Amino acid sequence: MSDPTASAAGVTGTLEGHAGSPPTTAEPGREKPRSLGRDAWEDLRHNWVFWIASVLILILIVMAIAPGVFTSASPTASDLDVSRQGPGPGAPFGYDLQGRDVLARTIYGARASILVGIFATAFATIVGSFMGIVAGYYGGWTDTIVSRLTDVFFAIPIFLGAILVLTSFPSDENTSQVAAYTKVAVALAIFGWTSTARIMRSSVIQVKQADFVQAARALGASNSAIIRKHVLPNSLTPVIVVATISLGGYIGAEAGLSYLGIGLQPPVISWGIAISDAQTYLRVSPHMMMFPIAFLSITVLAFIMLGDAVREALDPKLR
Amino acid sequence: MAPAGEAVLEVRDLVKHFPLTQGIVLQRQIGAVKAVDGVSLDLHKGETLGVVGESGCGKSTLAKLLMVLERPTAGQVKFNGEDIYSLKGKAFKAMRRNIQIVFQDPYSSLNPRMTVGDIVGEPFDIHPEVAPRRDRRRKVQELLEVVGLSPEHINRYPHQFSGGQRQRIGIARGLALRPDVIICDEPVSALDVSVQAQVINLFENLQSEFNLSYIFIAHDLSIVRHISDRVAVMYLGKIVEIGDESQIYGAPSHPYTQALLSAVPIPDPTQRDRKTQIVLQGDVPSPANPPSGCRFRTRCWKAQDICATEEPLLTIRPGISHPSACHFAEQAQIVETHDAEEFGLNQPVPTPDDDDLVEPGTLP
Repeated sequence: MSDPTASAAGVTGTLEGHAGSPPTTAEPGREKPRSLGRDAWEDLRHNWVFWIASVLILILIVMAIAPGVFTSASPTASDLDVSRQGPGPGAPFGYDLQGRDVLARTIYGARASILVGIFATAFATIVGSFMGIVAGYYGGWTDTIVSRLTDVFFAIPIFLGAILVLTSFPSDENTSQVAAYTKVAVALAIFGWTSTARIMRSSVIQVKQADFVQAARALGASNSAIIRKHVLPNSLTPVIVVATISLGGYIGAEAGLSYLGIGLQPPVISWGIAISDAQTYLRVSPHMMMFPIAFLSITVLAFIMLGDAVREALDPKLR
Repeated sequence: MAPAGEAVLEVRDLVKHFPLTQGIVLQRQIGAVKAVDGVSLDLHKGETLGVVGESGCGKSTLAKLLMVLERPTAGQVKFNGEDIYSLKGKAFKAMRRNIQIVFQDPYSSLNPRMTVGDIVGEPFDIHPEVAPRRDRRRKVQELLEVVGLSPEHINRYPHQFSGGQRQRIGIARGLALRPDVIICDEPVSALDVSVQAQVINLFENLQSEFNLSYIFIAHDLSIVRHISDRVAVMYLGKIVEIGDESQIYGAPSHPYTQALLSAVPIPDPTQRDRKTQIVLQGDVPSPANPPSGCRFRTRCWKAQDICATEEPLLTIRPGISHPSACHFAEQAQIVETHDAEEFGLNQPVPTPDDDDLVEPGTLP
């Protein structure tokens, strides 16, 4: 291989007819590289489910960051004169038992739900991916140990596990809000990472056998480089989908834990607490429960829809 | 054509057994798949050694062993006199530069999430001493040109290319470190016939330009014949016959080689009826439990008692010009060749007589 440039002419000359022509799959005049991610985006752009879910999630995120945009009422100001009053002028969602504005409390409650959901998903995805990669890539004894460990955690239902953790380490009035969110998120993720780990493991095992991984090994690439450049990018797709869908699940679980009185505690505002407070008066003042439940359902649904849309876009077989 | 130069790669008694285990926690070995079982061969500088055999005969395992993607159970491979399995650390990484591979499936051999520039440039990332960072882009473009792709395709992704073009990308990656040896593991069997010819020509041009040595694994006998200087025929983990192209195709001496060659289609309809096909009975035995003695005996029409008891060695036998692993080796002309006369072969094709056929399992 003394002088590739000089020799190039000779070799290409004989092959120009077929090989030199532009690839048939690329549109002419469009030289922008189309990665798989770009293709997925093209697919998502034309999917109305994706847009509905995105708009809903965007609204919820704005709600979590700046609840004041949506309501001028204070979520903590209480007026017992209007206790359990139904929707009417000035308070479209009515008032709760303490005479607080249900709309304001529902909007302010989004922050707790979304933060706990994001924390729990991030924690579960990071831990699960790491375990899955270690088990899938190294195999053998490492795989046996990590997989059995995963099974142990998998055997305990997420919700039961979270109850155990939160009753063992209860929050009180002195716990800061962020610490309270983190605690609930960690309690959920401790038993929630297992499904991510299993999915990651199987997808790593599949990618590991691909010829491009063998080619990288044949070139002398280190394990860490192979994982970083080849295995991880190609096995992340199912994990992203699971993360998006399970985010909705974690938000629901947070509401469940708060409803049981062991998740977030008042004075933190959360949908779960609101639902829990409202259940005693469900028959006389259904509006107190209806609105937080509706928001909770829509949020969970939005994340599941987003996850579905992303899965469809990332899976070329469904195109 | 075959340069009898120095051997770049010396393979000696290479063995790879995959253990078969039973049990979940305490695994015990209950047997082994003898994928490669005592293969010895030499690869000379600038030469192409074709390796043929049917599926499951150990061709790809041999390729993986030569690439050190698998470690052998026994045996050694010397590259320029050094045993590649005993190398460690830096020396091992340096050896990697000299032996490269081109895979069969151009769809799974390229990372779908990397651009062509990243794929072909990856060897330079792994071996930064080969090219300074600022030269890499230029080098990648040169390589693309060498394999007949436009250098402007550097930012494209693999799925934007056809199978033949993808195989060229794989070849460019293999060439990047200027290796001495390229192992081609069925590099054209996934391609259309017209594209096969282009890629084969590319391999030949690159060989003469860069003085490459190829181990060319394939199951298509005509392609192997076209490209190879020497040919090794494998059956169930062993080489049954090895010789130069004219010896193997013009005067095959092992019954298995003869049967393989008789299956090659004749591109002349008028000759079709004159051809006698040797149809082998039964399937390839399991490599986990190969037959005793000669491994081909269960399907061989020449099999005798000695074949079950004594393993025929791959040696030059009386009256035969090249090494053959058969007790009853005799040269015969199976396909029309220009070289046939030089062996003085005009005897008819040995047809397996149905009465002589030994059924698998009835042998001692």
